[in-house]
Amino acid sequence: MNASPAPPHFKRPLLETPFSARARALQQHDRFVAWAGYSTVDVFTTPEQEYFAIRNATTVYDLTPMVKYRIAGHDAERFLNRLVTRDLRKLKVGRVSYVVWCNDAGHLIDDGTVFRMGPQDFRLCTAERQLDWLLDSAIGFDVEIEEVTAEIAALSVQGPTSCWALKQLGVEGISELKPFEWRNLSAAGRPLMVSRTGFTGDLGYELWMRPEHALSIWDDLLEAGRLRGIRVIGSQALNMARIEAGFLMPNVDFVSAEHTIRLNRDRSPLELGLGWLIDFDKPHFNGRRALLSESQSGPAQMLIGLDVAGNKPAHGALLYTDEKGSLEVGHVTSAMWSPTCKRNIALAMVKAPYFKTGSTLWADVYLNRELVWERRMLKALVVEKPFFAPERRRLTPPADH
Amino acid sequence: MSTSVLQPIARVDALVIGAGHNGLVCAATLARAGRSVLILEAADTVGGLSVTREFSPGFRVSAGAHLLHQLPSTLVKDLALFSHGLKFSATHLPTLSLSQDQLPLRVGDQDALGVRCEADARAWGPFERQMQRFAGFVQAILASAPPRLGTDLWSDKAALLKLALKLRLLGQRDMREFLRIIGMNAHDLFNDEFVTDPLKGALGFDAVLGTNFGPRAPGTVLTYLYRRAAEFAASDTGLAVPEGGMGAVTQALARSAEAAGAIIRCQAPVTRILVENDRASGVQLASGECIAASTVISNVDAKTTLLTLLGTEHLDTGFVRRADHFRSRGLSAKLHLALDRRPLFKGLRPELHGGRLLIAPTLEYLERAFNASKYRTPSAAPAIEITIPSVHDQSLAPDGKHVLSAIVQYAPYAPDGGWPALREGFTRTVIDLIEAHAPGLRDSIVASELLTPKDIETQFRVHGGHWHHGDLAFDQFYLVRPFPGAAQYGSPVAGLYLCGASSHPGGGVMGLAGRHAARAVLNENL
Repeated sequence: MNASPAPPHFKRPLLETPFSARARALQQHDRFVAWAGYSTVDVFTTPEQEYFAIRNATTVYDLTPMVKYRIAGHDAERFLNRLVTRDLRKLKVGRVSYVVWCNDAGHLIDDGTVFRMGPQDFRLCTAERQLDWLLDSAIGFDVEIEEVTAEIAALSVQGPTSCWALKQLGVEGISELKPFEWRNLSAAGRPLMVSRTGFTGDLGYELWMRPEHALSIWDDLLEAGRLRGIRVIGSQALNMARIEAGFLMPNVDFVSAEHTIRLNRDRSPLELGLGWLIDFDKPHFNGRRALLSESQSGPAQMLIGLDVAGNKPAHGALLYTDEKGSLEVGHVTSAMWSPTCKRNIALAMVKAPYFKTGSTLWADVYLNRELVWERRMLKALVVEKPFFAPERRRLTPPADH
Repeated sequence: MSTSVLQPIARVDALVIGAGHNGLVCAATLARAGRSVLILEAADTVGGLSVTREFSPGFRVSAGAHLLHQLPSTLVKDLALFSHGLKFSATHLPTLSLSQDQLPLRVGDQDALGVRCEADARAWGPFERQMQRFAGFVQAILASAPPRLGTDLWSDKAALLKLALKLRLLGQRDMREFLRIIGMNAHDLFNDEFVTDPLKGALGFDAVLGTNFGPRAPGTVLTYLYRRAAEFAASDTGLAVPEGGMGAVTQALARSAEAAGAIIRCQAPVTRILVENDRASGVQLASGECIAASTVISNVDAKTTLLTLLGTEHLDTGFVRRADHFRSRGLSAKLHLALDRRPLFKGLRPELHGGRLLIAPTLEYLERAFNASKYRTPSAAPAIEITIPSVHDQSLAPDGKHVLSAIVQYAPYAPDGGWPALREGFTRTVIDLIEAHAPGLRDSIVASELLTPKDIETQFRVHGGHWHHGDLAFDQFYLVRPFPGAAQYGSPVAGLYLCGASSHPGGGVMGLAGRHAARAVLNENL
């Protein structure tokens, strides 16, 4: 019998991940989002329920669409070190580093993680595709760059009981894994690369596996964690956790300098509060000259944390110096009521000198109350990030909940 | 010498990589300003693409450029080139447009033109005078270093204002006409003005010589005026043949530089520009020797200088991307023939055999010649510029014998099939074509040499084998030549400068890029 021919690509523009069959069966609202060319679940049950599982149990999130590049060759380390602002000569095999990379003007193109797989073998994970920039950056370097996104299925397993759940899955050696380390482990004979990384600011791991093992590992993992309330989550819940952790979301907190159209929409890592990722003492890297000059004059604006009065999230609010709104000095990029911190928190881009910790600003918040808009001027205090950073995220071995 | 010599053995104010004419002008200018200057040349002699070489025993020829017509007379005077040995064996050469079925047409000869077309003869004078006024304006662009846009510097604003004023001073009619035609293609402009094919072919040839364009490409009026503008500053001598070939020009420049105190070292190929604390600190030679310098100035093309000698590791990706995209593939080949007697061109009076002979009978012919190159094929019927310098200068060939030097267009840098397989056929094509105008030429050939863009790249160390280091086109011209970030002779690495044809105002034996670069160096530091 002939198999029916696959529909033409333009009729199925979004790809499915190896986990899609299971995820589609579990989701209840038909709320999907397109992520890097894949269809992924935005909400399975409710964002709040899924969020609480991140902070109180174990959650499973399909990470496959995360764009992955293999970067290898004689000059791989030199290439990456010229690409990103951190000094990757210090990154040991078996370690992971959070990195950002900039254009010539020192403006952020994207952030991501670099896994050192070998002396001259790396994996770069990014939210968006970067091959064009990577290949142009490779001119003059002996390095091979290959996108391997579809070759690797990935799950993010996050939450205070995530280590316990992975032990139930039979992943030996998981307790010894320190933050920003990765190891080649296994789950009942299936090879599994595990890194202690994540986007939640909590205890958590990311599992990297062959696509053919994806479904059986998913099934076994959900069964292993069942007694402690393991839950699959969508992007919305993850977004809540990442705001609490103070992590940046592309196209929300910044727009890639390769994508901006308008003037002054690019952001430098100094402006995004990522100055600690820049190493001016290492050899030349993209944007170094611009960043050096900016670091000498000081950033003109800064992404900071806000503690806003009341409990109404200050979505997109403009920020003023006083309650009357005489001088506009910034705007909110991400906002939420933090159920764990019991604070009304926000990330905001604020002009100098108003971004200093302790400054008082006023957020112009609009509330839609049964189709009637109300305006509130809410006091907003500039505070340190992250808003939530539990000790358990670093504890090794993690507590055996 | 040991290859592990890493300690600087000398230190100079300015180190110039490459002793082409621009490098020598730059070095001479810096030396005359009192700086200690060292010039390093990879080849056995100075000259770059302005050099005289023996290509067959007893036969010498200008291996690159073969006519001097763009070296400004002010530069000749400033650098005292006549007292340093520059002599001309002929000046103000006529240009003759050859065609199969008609007598050669001398460009600018109104009487001869009148015989063919009275209207053209009447149109010639006004056209020529207007082009000369436009050339005068464009010359003002060539004669100044490009300002930077978007700075707060008064000097940058003043330079742009001065240019706007110059344009306005052309008068309303001329300014409007200039702005109307400057983005046009040569084919349309010359067809608007004239009827006579060999005249239009010759004008079209000037518009596309050394470019990656056919006469129908937009921007070829700019390249035409660019050539006219460069010639404007050298109108004292017009089209000229230096005694001893083009090498004599660079020899005189070298003597001028040396007289001012510059030191020239040949056979000293630079392999690396050294960088310390994000500043150029010197160079390393192929021998391993390192030489320290406060400023490094490269006469080498921009791509080789930045991407190879400096290395992309010192540059940002966006800048590297622009450098990589700089269009630098040459389309001009050079054919040299050693002849055992003087060739005789059909219908050409003997005294005109020393002129500049063009095989570009119609604009259509040029466009068809170009078409082939778009599909990576050498022209089946190429456009050719022929000179027989031995007519003026018998020192170039044994007694009674002659050399013929021809620029042949279009010869792609990387044709399908590759040059090794195509070389012989293309040489034959060109010789057959000249033979058709000069019967008996083939039988008089003693030796021949074809330099394809690939050969020019290898022998003269020019990326892509492009005579001008990179296409002259609107997007690689003036404010953005060679590309943003390197357009004012500097580079992102402090202390590293460009002074070659990649920089404004570009190629041709003009020397202005070297001159402007030297001034940029003197302005910015030292």
